[in-house]
Amino acid sequence: MAEERRQKQCSVVLPTESMKAMAESVGVGQLQEDSCVALSEEVSYRIKEIAQDALKFMHHGKRRKLTTSDVDNALKLKNVEPLYGFQSQEFIPFRFASGGGRELHFYEEKEVDLSDIINTPLPRVPLDVSLKATKEQQKSESTEPLKVVKPGQEEEGTIQNKTQGTTATDGKGKEKGMIRLKPRSTHELSVEQQLYYKEITEACVGSCEAKRAVCLFYGDSEGVRVNVVQNNLALLIYLMRMVKALMDNPTLYLEKYLHELIPAVVTCIVSKQLCLRPDVDNHWALRDFAARLMAQSCKTFSTTTNNIQSRITKTFTKSWLDDKTQWTTRYGCIAGLAELGPDVIKTLILPRLSVEGARIKAVMEGPVVSNIDKIGADHVQSLLLKHCASVIAKIRPQPDNVEQYRSDYGYLGPMLCSHVMKARTQAALQAQQVNRTTLTITQPRPTLSVSQSGLSGSSGPRTPSIIKVPSSLTLMSPRPGTPSQPSPPATKYIVMATSAGAASTQQVITLSSSQTASPVTSTVPSASSTLQPLVKLESGSGTGLTGSRPLQKYIVVSLPSSASSSLENKSSVLPTSISSTQLEAGMKLDRSESPGASTQSPH
Amino acid sequence: MAAVQGGLVDASEEKDIKTEPSSDGCGNNDTNDARPLSTSPGSNAPGGNAKTSSGSTEEQQTLLAVLQFLKKNNLTESVEILRREAGLPEDSLDLKGSDSSGASSGGSAGGVDGVGVDASALLSRVTVSSSAGVQAPMKTSGEDQPDVNVVLSAYSQQGDPALYETYYSGLKRFIETVLDCHRAELSQVFYPLFVHMYLELVYNNHENEAKSFFEKFSGDQECYYEEDLRVLSSLTKKEHMRGNETLLDFRTSKFVLRISRDSYQLLKRHLQERQNNQIWNIIQEHLYIDIFDGMPRSKSQIDAMSGSLAGEAKRDANKSKVYYGLLKEPEIELPLDDEDEEAENEEGKPKKKKPKKDSMGSKSKKQDPNAPSQTRIPLPELKDSDKLDKIMYMKEATKRIRLGPETLPSICFYSFLNAYQGLTAVDLTDDSSLIAGGFADSTVRVWCVTPKKLRKVKSAADLNLIDKESDDVLERIMDEKTASESKILYGHSGPVYGISFSPDRNYLLSSSEDGTVRLWSLQTFTCLVGYKGHNYPVWDTQFSPHGYYFVSGGHDRVARLWATDHYQPLRMFAGHLADITCTRFHPNSNYVATGSSDRTIRLWDVLTGNCVRIFTGHKGPIHALAFSPNGKFLASGATDGRVLLWDIGHGLMIGELKGHTDTIYALRFSRDGEILASGSMDNTVRLWDSMKAFDDLETDDFTAATGHIHLQDNSQELLLGTYMSKSTPVIHLHFTRRNLLLAAGAYNP
Repeated sequence: MAEERRQKQCSVVLPTESMKAMAESVGVGQLQEDSCVALSEEVSYRIKEIAQDALKFMHHGKRRKLTTSDVDNALKLKNVEPLYGFQSQEFIPFRFASGGGRELHFYEEKEVDLSDIINTPLPRVPLDVSLKATKEQQKSESTEPLKVVKPGQEEEGTIQNKTQGTTATDGKGKEKGMIRLKPRSTHELSVEQQLYYKEITEACVGSCEAKRAVCLFYGDSEGVRVNVVQNNLALLIYLMRMVKALMDNPTLYLEKYLHELIPAVVTCIVSKQLCLRPDVDNHWALRDFAARLMAQSCKTFSTTTNNIQSRITKTFTKSWLDDKTQWTTRYGCIAGLAELGPDVIKTLILPRLSVEGARIKAVMEGPVVSNIDKIGADHVQSLLLKHCASVIAKIRPQPDNVEQYRSDYGYLGPMLCSHVMKARTQAALQAQQVNRTTLTITQPRPTLSVSQSGLSGSSGPRTPSIIKVPSSLTLMSPRPGTPSQPSPPATKYIVMATSAGAASTQQVITLSSSQTASPVTSTVPSASSTLQPLVKLESGSGTGLTGSRPLQKYIVVSLPSSASSSLENKSSVLPTSISSTQLEAGMKLDRSESPGASTQSPH
Repeated sequence: MAAVQGGLVDASEEKDIKTEPSSDGCGNNDTNDARPLSTSPGSNAPGGNAKTSSGSTEEQQTLLAVLQFLKKNNLTESVEILRREAGLPEDSLDLKGSDSSGASSGGSAGGVDGVGVDASALLSRVTVSSSAGVQAPMKTSGEDQPDVNVVLSAYSQQGDPALYETYYSGLKRFIETVLDCHRAELSQVFYPLFVHMYLELVYNNHENEAKSFFEKFSGDQECYYEEDLRVLSSLTKKEHMRGNETLLDFRTSKFVLRISRDSYQLLKRHLQERQNNQIWNIIQEHLYIDIFDGMPRSKSQIDAMSGSLAGEAKRDANKSKVYYGLLKEPEIELPLDDEDEEAENEEGKPKKKKPKKDSMGSKSKKQDPNAPSQTRIPLPELKDSDKLDKIMYMKEATKRIRLGPETLPSICFYSFLNAYQGLTAVDLTDDSSLIAGGFADSTVRVWCVTPKKLRKVKSAADLNLIDKESDDVLERIMDEKTASESKILYGHSGPVYGISFSPDRNYLLSSSEDGTVRLWSLQTFTCLVGYKGHNYPVWDTQFSPHGYYFVSGGHDRVARLWATDHYQPLRMFAGHLADITCTRFHPNSNYVATGSSDRTIRLWDVLTGNCVRIFTGHKGPIHALAFSPNGKFLASGATDGRVLLWDIGHGLMIGELKGHTDTIYALRFSRDGEILASGSMDNTVRLWDSMKAFDDLETDDFTAATGHIHLQDNSQELLLGTYMSKSTPVIHLHFTRRNLLLAAGAYNP
């Protein structure tokens, strides 16, 4: 490789035609071929020499790009007069001309009328050099729990130009005098981006006044702050949904803005008051939703460096353990913790069930303090039951004894017991159903593989359609829309939707088993389309058609019913470029977040 | 060579001459001794001129050559002075003169056109082959600038051009078949042989043979010679050889190889058996083979040390004693004002401070055995303000955070915005209060990074009005109207490539493409002096840690030592084979380190002007140097993206830190030397555990005698952290007195 390159270097010489052209340009008509050769060799050598010197200037100028001034300096070094007129341009547009079998590249210089230059208004003065200090901080020194300071955050963010201070929060207060903040640079958004954000915000806040829209634009935390103070529940819900939308958008990289987003979300989970009439309004749903959002962001963004999950958990636990915490906040904390998964429930919530039960009992059965408290306690109770029952069902051995539960969990024991039993029967029922169904949707590791000829192997980027999760299910079939499996599967209904418009090539295939009633919708383009086949899963009830497109035809194809899921599993591994583990990951993700996604699903 | 250095006081003479390095970096500087440091402030000059005269015949010859040159140019006065200083008898000149002129006329290649210096000779530089003096007679007779032909004459020998390839491949075959242990060593011969054979072919006008020779064998050479091969490849005609610097480097300096005796014997026997005189002649004439007894070195050992333009350093080049210890800190009677200030600032605990101060390395009690004597280099006396600053420094030092692998420094990044690719140099004052930037548009800008603004001194007329007796006279002389955060210094006429604050923060130095070094006052924000001496771009300059002296180095391959109150340099350090790219003072001010495009680092003794260390091992031009605070070690960074660590005392490479992917422009040790920070064009700052790197060395069994080092590849263990910036190359690093790391660079959108 290197050898080849070197050999090339050795032999590169300017073509003799160039010599002729140049000679003609200075008035030498007939140049001998021999002189051309000699000249071109000499010129090539000198040019190389100058280029080598120019490189020196580039290195010392601490640049990666060779500029015309470097060449000028190199010429000066050789005591040659530099070429004037090339200074200002970063890139020199050579024009190409050919004629009479000859090719020529030249630098076009237009004649400019001096008065034109004089009369044109002066361009804006370029900004002067300024100095800005930013601080990269070591992890050990950052004390604020929710501020994520990472290496790489050293430059200013691109989208948000906030007004609050920089991240230069010096934990130890040392060198405080040192860091003086210079006027920060604002990154201008392009017109398109601005329009886009305007649209988004308007859609989010509806007919709201302009000020709030601006707030929203400047960042969710500001918006949340304003709205929490104003107790505007509806807007908060909108905002949370916007956060959700931001998180679901795979093209946005939110890592750098987590320190803005997370406090906002946490506020919506644990705030004492989120609405004007706490006794009537259903702020609990907001808390639930925000908690799920939190759990999702923990899952996506928590790393060993930022430790989001542990920091969040700590925050929740701390305020939950506080005796003076109000019921609303208590509810938020529990919801937040519970959403983090069964492990968190097991280690953090279950041990405190009896304490919490006593507290609820005091409110429910004691003297009536206030209606609000009672409602709060009621909600906390049902929340605890909802989340704990399934976990207990898994970790406790089978015989569910009410007394046993009472001794273990106190006041909540009996209720838990009944919930656990319910959960068990439900699980058993589901297991049975699973045994009978052949489609693997409700299995712990569902795999579905359908493929389309001509599209296999392209696990491309996301598509901008209604697809929720870019999970990588490929449809395998020789012809579009008629999935033929190597072995016939069980009773299966494949609902296919073909859009009426010829231009739109979206097809929606819904696979559903009759027993589980959990339909699968997959969106596939037709064979002619270059779109990536993607499958959307939904675990709602009812065999609804989830395509959002109007004018769709539905073809129901029923397939013979004797195939096993294992066969399908095999087939999925076959020629697709996507491994089945990937599939599972995608499906799992979807399943786990599907309850939260209800706000988004296009029903 | 000697002609240039031999006390040529006439600036006019000096101007048109770019000195030509000779192979032995030490010998050529002896003439520096003729001029003692009598210029230094206050104190008496040390006896530097002891060993001037007639140490060896070679030296004498050099002197005679100089005398002859001077006489030729009717500089009778200089002749007189030089002869008196050198202690030469008057008639010796004539005698020897006729001698050498006879030799030259009898010598080869009659291309000595003494009259005219044609245009291409302008490009070429003075070349005096002091190294060639052993083989070929010296050519200093009646010519103004020795013609390139003389230098090249050694190539005139005619062999059959067609046989060159056979010779080379024959040798290649031989080396490939020798025992493994010898193969690596003998392979070193390939590159210099290749170059010289190629040049011979080109010189003798065998253009096509040369091309095919190059194409056939250039691929075999080590990849780190690629840059030089590129230069060579463009050189295909005899005419091109005139004025080609790289070529002259090859010709005027012998390529140094270190080979064990066994391997050498093997090679010698082979060549003699085959009657391969062509190759044998080249080895005899153009290579210097440093033979050592003992085990042949391994491939990795050789690779670690090779890469420079002229091979490795000779072993004896690094043998001289270097006083790398620190100077004793001057005793400052602090108790009085110390306690005063202590009481002001915080609830003073002066008792606690005292012992700490001792541990800080001031070593006030004992003199370090490795330290030079206090008056080896005359240093300026401390002013009151300096003493105050020292006290401040000690106070800050007590609050310093002790760094280590567990406690890494926080990094504050100064980004230059809107610099439009024009930022070329940055420096910060030691107390981190000012930052200066040199720009491609010839300006120097100074910013103040504390709330205190920059103010000028009032004009002379206004100064007359103020009450000189008042206590706050220092405050009154400042003109409030001029207060601003930054000041721009205009004066240069080319990009500013080097910049350095004086330790007392009163002056600023800047070096530029226009060939000057300028001294600026930070009181008046005007230029005080323009030091002219370099005729080509000056790539770097730096103040001595004790002020007063400064060093500069540039494209003319000569580093110069100056004192601020002299418009001519006190010392000229010549020896590098290519541009000097960076210059650094040793913490004790007795030595200067220079890094160069010839991929070597040299350490020069300020007192004698001798080169005392040559470090080879980098594979690209060196752009960053840093001394460890204890003065024992040197770190260097180059375009190859590697940081190398050197033990100055033993003259050995002791570590290699790999990780950067682009040129390293900034290196800095933390104040206590535990952490080495490196900043690079690849937009990262990396922190390295320098303590560990140095400790590992001491536990090794030290092969100082042979100089053959085994480097472990432990870069990953030593790397403590990598910090990315979005799009800001790091071009300067600085540790504050409390060990906060400051980095600087221009944001490239």
